[in-house]
Amino acid sequence: MSQAQPQTQPHVETVAHAEATPEEPQPYTELGLKDDEYARIRSILGRRPTEAELAMYSVMWSEHCSYKSSKVHWRHWKENTTEEMRAKMLAGIGENAGVVDIGDGWAVTFKIESHNHPSYVEPYQGAATGVGGIVRDIIAMGARPLALLDSLRFGAAEAIDTKRVLPGVAAGISGYGNCLGLPNIGGEVVFDTTYQGNPLVNAMCVGAMRAEDLHLAHASGTGNKVILFGARTGLDGIGGVSVLASETFTGEESGSGRKKLPSVQVGDPFTEKVLIECCLELFREELVVGIQDLGGAGLSCATSELASAGDGGMRVELDRVPLRAEGMTPAEVLSSESQERMCAVVRPEDLDAFLRVCAKWDVLATEIGEVTEGERLEISWHGETVVDVPPRSLAHEGPEYHRPIQRPAAQDALQADSPGRLPRPSGATELRETVLRMAASPNLCSRSWVTDQYDRYVRGGTVLAQPADTGMIMVDERTGRGVAAATDCNGRYVKLDPYTGTQLALAEAYRNVATGGATPLAVTNCLNFGSAEDPGVMWQFEQAVRGLAEGCAELGIPVTGGNVSFYNQTGDTAVLPTPVVGVLGVLDDVRRRIPTGIGGEPGETLLLLGDTREEFGGSDWADVVHGHLGGLPPAVDLLREKLLAEILVAGSRDGMISAAHDLSGGGLAQTLVETVLIGQTGARVVLADDQDPFVQLFSESAGRVLVAVPRTEELRFTELCTARGLPWRRTGVVDPDSDALEIQDVATFPIGELREAWESTLPGLYGA
Amino acid sequence: MRIGAVTFPGTLDDVDTVRAIERAGAEAVALWHGDADLRGVDAVVLPGGFSYGDYLRAGAIARFAPVMEPVIDAARKGMPVLGICNGFQILCEAGLLPGALVRNHKLRFVCRDQWLRVESTTTAWTTRYEPGAEILVPVKSGEGAYMADERELDTLEGEGRVVFRYVEDNPNGSRRDIAGVSDGSGRIVGLMPHPEHATDPLTGPTDDGLGIFLSAMDNVKQGAA
Repeated sequence: MSQAQPQTQPHVETVAHAEATPEEPQPYTELGLKDDEYARIRSILGRRPTEAELAMYSVMWSEHCSYKSSKVHWRHWKENTTEEMRAKMLAGIGENAGVVDIGDGWAVTFKIESHNHPSYVEPYQGAATGVGGIVRDIIAMGARPLALLDSLRFGAAEAIDTKRVLPGVAAGISGYGNCLGLPNIGGEVVFDTTYQGNPLVNAMCVGAMRAEDLHLAHASGTGNKVILFGARTGLDGIGGVSVLASETFTGEESGSGRKKLPSVQVGDPFTEKVLIECCLELFREELVVGIQDLGGAGLSCATSELASAGDGGMRVELDRVPLRAEGMTPAEVLSSESQERMCAVVRPEDLDAFLRVCAKWDVLATEIGEVTEGERLEISWHGETVVDVPPRSLAHEGPEYHRPIQRPAAQDALQADSPGRLPRPSGATELRETVLRMAASPNLCSRSWVTDQYDRYVRGGTVLAQPADTGMIMVDERTGRGVAAATDCNGRYVKLDPYTGTQLALAEAYRNVATGGATPLAVTNCLNFGSAEDPGVMWQFEQAVRGLAEGCAELGIPVTGGNVSFYNQTGDTAVLPTPVVGVLGVLDDVRRRIPTGIGGEPGETLLLLGDTREEFGGSDWADVVHGHLGGLPPAVDLLREKLLAEILVAGSRDGMISAAHDLSGGGLAQTLVETVLIGQTGARVVLADDQDPFVQLFSESAGRVLVAVPRTEELRFTELCTARGLPWRRTGVVDPDSDALEIQDVATFPIGELREAWESTLPGLYGA
Repeated sequence: MRIGAVTFPGTLDDVDTVRAIERAGAEAVALWHGDADLRGVDAVVLPGGFSYGDYLRAGAIARFAPVMEPVIDAARKGMPVLGICNGFQILCEAGLLPGALVRNHKLRFVCRDQWLRVESTTTAWTTRYEPGAEILVPVKSGEGAYMADERELDTLEGEGRVVFRYVEDNPNGSRRDIAGVSDGSGRIVGLMPHPEHATDPLTGPTDDGLGIFLSAMDNVKQGAA
């Protein structure tokens, strides 16, 4: 199979040649390296880099791989992690994915990663390979991938370009994830004009293993073999990370222009599915010493990370790499981002057994090198040395920047622009119209146009999935032990106050997990921001990281890892700061999960837990009705969130709660609409007479959940809430004989009318 | 009672099929695409997934896998064979069932809970159902639209070989709302929806799908008696 024109063997530059020609000009600027970064490479090597070395440094020192603008802020994670929080972690930041102990000898690994820029250029393949990459991160920990979630942001729902990007992204996730056989159990779909030209595609994967089977990416043991296995290496995605993720995106082709291939990689989920099963068998047979997936920066990243995490060096014969294009240079082989490849370190005596397992799965496996004594990564090409570098200088000693930080001058005016001045609906008729208008708005309406394209059933362990607040899957079929996972972020809140807004994202994901009946255990994140060279953006970023770290400390759950994506902006307009927070929870027995829909029990009472205050800053009401963003986001009280979660978990354990749904965007009105529609059961609701019905229906105060409790449990449950100091209010009753939502003194909504409002919007925009 | 579940490269719902077989009370036997050996099973299920990545056409490559020789052979001799989703596509490609499955009319993968009517309760896989019973099981496929020419469709209807039909809403544009069909003997059945995902209300919409596996067990027992 050849994608390139037949041509003569390209010129290959050796280390000896680089030494002999110190003054030869090099195209480091085109590869995204700054003058001082280039000078540093020369000083590390004591000479100018070869073409291949330059390619490696350019991708490894890119923002995407080196976290050069964000690294200095990571101290917040460290400073806010107590011993008690650390005790639950089996692996944390710095590994391919965080790993936590969920009990009974099970370990769960989870991570979320962005694939934003590729998904704008080529929505289907960008989103598909985003899924592929995060799944390989999970396999590289030794775990079986169990489920996916996707956190998505698009431009205005009705914008022409959104009609190109959204269907492509949904189809890419569906096409890749479904073919891999992983259930998709949750995530978000959010629209805002700032994401036009810069959608966010964040893919999360959850995997499980026996705790003793944890595999870390190490290349230990002199003489051990380095095996590249999976797909062949081609010209796709070359320089993807340095071009796409380092500088403001310009759409330029990377490389020499000799071969024009898309810089977005093309995925093959079938190859990945087979690779997963092959890796799991290799792990079971204990044939792997260290393993690393090939993602951004391809072999450059895999070899340098494996070598620098181990206790020796590494020698690689690059010409042994199986190629699918003719005439590739060493630099291209090293920076290719061809998908579905893994790199393993294997003891020589296990080599034959390793290759046998690969052959069984028809997976191509090639010995490309070995672990050596000393501290060099040496790469040869047909016998000549083309790379000779200290691997740590690539993988761990990249540049670190203290980017300037400045609170934007406009922040005060933004916060002063309170939604209090906005006209509110008055009277029953206007309130009724507002409920329906909100339910049909793009950010609150049913997501099933997107999520019905995802297989949520495969592997048979899915207990909760969209539109539930949290996804939940069984891990141990014998005991029923399982995990819940949710992702959240309201970028509008974060824009108004990055510190509080990020804590609100944490609070919501935490609450969502607990709403399913699971105990929140650990946190991951994907921090999507504008240009790192904009001091205002860096202020948002710094505030967000600090808010999240300090919030996690208050909740007592560790941050196990994260991903940063800068340069999400079009021209001078940055996206809403979007620190997506993923929370993982655990449940002893998923049979005790709390479903989202009412009507499962005869005779249920609806209780609203938590306090409702007049909070409309950043709310969906202000956005939908007035196109307004200003003021302050809702207050956050993490100790209250913790108490609420404890009550929900206790209620689920003792069978006191028959359904639950959290309150977030759109407030109580939206939660009631969804509760009735998901349960396909009517309800009668009575609002309190001491608070404005508008505030009760649409305020977005945090720390609230609507629960349905069987009438027989009502007293026991409310006594529990009272004893623990959690405010509650009897809000109504479920009425199995009714096919309407009746909000007394406001309006009655037939279920059919609500369904029409909630379900018609996305099909209307993107095709029935 | 031994029921086999075949794994091709890219098969996904084999674990679920095995679980459903075990829930029904039979012994599940894993069959490997590369082995031309049915390991003495009494019935065979071809599970869902994307065998060989659905390259060329869904089921077109799997149909030539070594395991298919004994499957086709046993099927022709009367062994109960069930194809679910990709398995149905493979049975059509193998010529054991008539018609073909093409891309959904809306050109999107669809995953949802789907009502089906059991139209024939005389096949080896449906005797446990009441005639006309309506069951709720997941459907999840991108190429699930059942196609055959008018004469073939008339023949299927006339011979009572339409086994399952979509009710309420046809999810994929299948002709005459057909969700599953059988061969002339009623021993070989294929359907697009996933009964193996409706065997426990905890992880599926219902347990309506169990009847499929229980029917096959009854049938094998009767054959042996």
